[in-house]
Amino acid sequence: MSNTDNQSRRSFLATGAGVAAAMLARPAAAGGNPANQPPNVPEWTKSLGEGVAVRPYGKPSKFEKDVVRRDVEWLTASRESSVSFTPLHELEGIITPNGLCFERHHGGIAEVDPADHRLMIHGLVERPLILTLEELKRYPRVNRIHFMECAANSGMEWRGAQLNGCQFTHGMIHCVQYTGVSLRTLLQEAGVKTNAKWLLVEGADAAAMDRSLPIEKALDDCIIAYKMNGEALYPEQGYPMRLVVPGWQGNLWVKWLRRIKVGDQPWHTREETSKYTDLMPNGKARRFTWSMDAKSVITSPSPQAPIRHGKGFTIVSGLAWSGNGKVKRVDVSLDGGRNWWSARLDGPVLDKALTRFYYEFDWNGEPLLLQSRVQDETGYVQPSKAELRKIRGVNSIYHNNGIQTWHVQANGEVENVEVA
Amino acid sequence: MSKSLKLVAATLLACALSAPAPAQQKADAKSGPRYHIGRVPTADEIRGWDIDVRPDGQGLPEGKGTVAQGEKLFMDNCSTCHGEFGEGNGRWPVLAGGKGSLTSDNPVKTVGSYWPYASTVFDYIRHAMPYGNTGSLSVDEYYALVAYVLYLNDVVTDQNFELNKKTLAAIKMPNEQGFVMDDRATSEKSFWQKDPCMKDCIAPVKIIGRAAAIDVTPEDGKEKKSRGVE
Repeated sequence: MSNTDNQSRRSFLATGAGVAAAMLARPAAAGGNPANQPPNVPEWTKSLGEGVAVRPYGKPSKFEKDVVRRDVEWLTASRESSVSFTPLHELEGIITPNGLCFERHHGGIAEVDPADHRLMIHGLVERPLILTLEELKRYPRVNRIHFMECAANSGMEWRGAQLNGCQFTHGMIHCVQYTGVSLRTLLQEAGVKTNAKWLLVEGADAAAMDRSLPIEKALDDCIIAYKMNGEALYPEQGYPMRLVVPGWQGNLWVKWLRRIKVGDQPWHTREETSKYTDLMPNGKARRFTWSMDAKSVITSPSPQAPIRHGKGFTIVSGLAWSGNGKVKRVDVSLDGGRNWWSARLDGPVLDKALTRFYYEFDWNGEPLLLQSRVQDETGYVQPSKAELRKIRGVNSIYHNNGIQTWHVQANGEVENVEVA
Repeated sequence: MSKSLKLVAATLLACALSAPAPAQQKADAKSGPRYHIGRVPTADEIRGWDIDVRPDGQGLPEGKGTVAQGEKLFMDNCSTCHGEFGEGNGRWPVLAGGKGSLTSDNPVKTVGSYWPYASTVFDYIRHAMPYGNTGSLSVDEYYALVAYVLYLNDVVTDQNFELNKKTLAAIKMPNEQGFVMDDRATSEKSFWQKDPCMKDCIAPVKIIGRAAAIDVTPEDGKEKKSRGVE
């Protein structure tokens, strides 16, 4: 059929009684352009599409253009020292696509030429070491899937519900598969001296961010990664190499890693004194709060992902994780935490990785107060916001792992609320 | 090759093959296999990058600067963001003030009110400042800048005070005792439970706050005003 034929047929149908009946039979929510829908045959079926390698590096469909990182401009003074958030409400499974992993920079994205990048290991070692990326890649490799969460994730919610969307309330997290070298392997190569207790890890960006890392963790499960989800790290994630510190706050995962100094005391750098310390109600601050407590959030429905289908079979989809190990169970409440039902974990349940959960039920169309609550393998149960505030007050900024409440309204719209 | 030499070679090969499977090992210079990949950096290479300093003064370079010298540097390099008195412009960090605010509803965490060690100021400024022009100052200028920031916070009170590796390491900060080790495992022990409650756990709840009422969520294509929170 020629294009002209199609046009005239469509005009005819649009005014005819036949199409009116067809429209009525179609579900109201389906929408779209009837000309592309049965009984018609859409344009993309009738003509050839682009050939191979026209898109040498693929990207999502143009219809997915809203699935992007977003920032909250009023949070910080400049974008070079700010954060963008992962669109959790649009994602499924446990792996975050590389281009959607949240960003946190202190001096912008360093565009590092790998030919000029060096990793130096020195201090209390028998044999100081300097490596190129190519040399790093010659060491034995490990592949590990881990979540990485900023300690300030949900930090804007301490004093009450503030941001309408899990992208903003919980989006400072991502989970990818890293390929790299066990930090222990490199420390053994350099020969760590017996009085070594701490490492200083430092980046090559304009902030040259430095942190102290205890040697026990360094020798346990840390990785110097150069690949994420199979391809080179993205520049905003520390290309060509970054530190991976499983289960611990994102600030320690130094990007653009250039230097590791072995010492016998912590350095008390700016990031571990003036920042990333948790101020308690008595005016004292907890320091070295490295591990990320067990936490969960329902990603859909959520404020940016309302229920569009009306009442009936409904899927609640969410994420749970723990810096202490594996997720053991997740429960979901429809009434703000009064009663709970076990959710179903689906997909891999890995150590210090995001875990996907589902709770499926028949929604009767009445308002809900949706919550999720994780328990990890150590028995830790995610606390309510009230329980958390009772101990930590509201000034700690970091480590808010309280239970999130979404208010699902009768029309399917969802909002971030506080309940009591 | 003699029989015994062959045996030696075979043993070496076996070692090499079994080597890349390290078991749990302690921090020990002798432990673990070696791959002989990479090289030893020269003393010059280490010196160029070895810029970290510790509270006990380890790492502080030779050099010096006074409060008065620092004031001029601060006006030229820092005051646009941090304000002439460290009060902070807009959302740029406040550097001074905030004493006694840590238990209040609005804690102001500055070098004077919060930072436990003076060495951190030197380490951070030399690593990351001036913002957008990292590392552009000399060691003497960094000492002078740190001296001025300490002066803004009444940690030093004499305009002629000279900061150097000895005087910096001797400085005690007002809030040094304001920190405790992470104690979540004990202070939050109640969060570990055997069986989480499933039924009639709490009285029926009501909505007591809404993000929509605050209205600070970014929306695509719309500008939102600052609420001025951390």
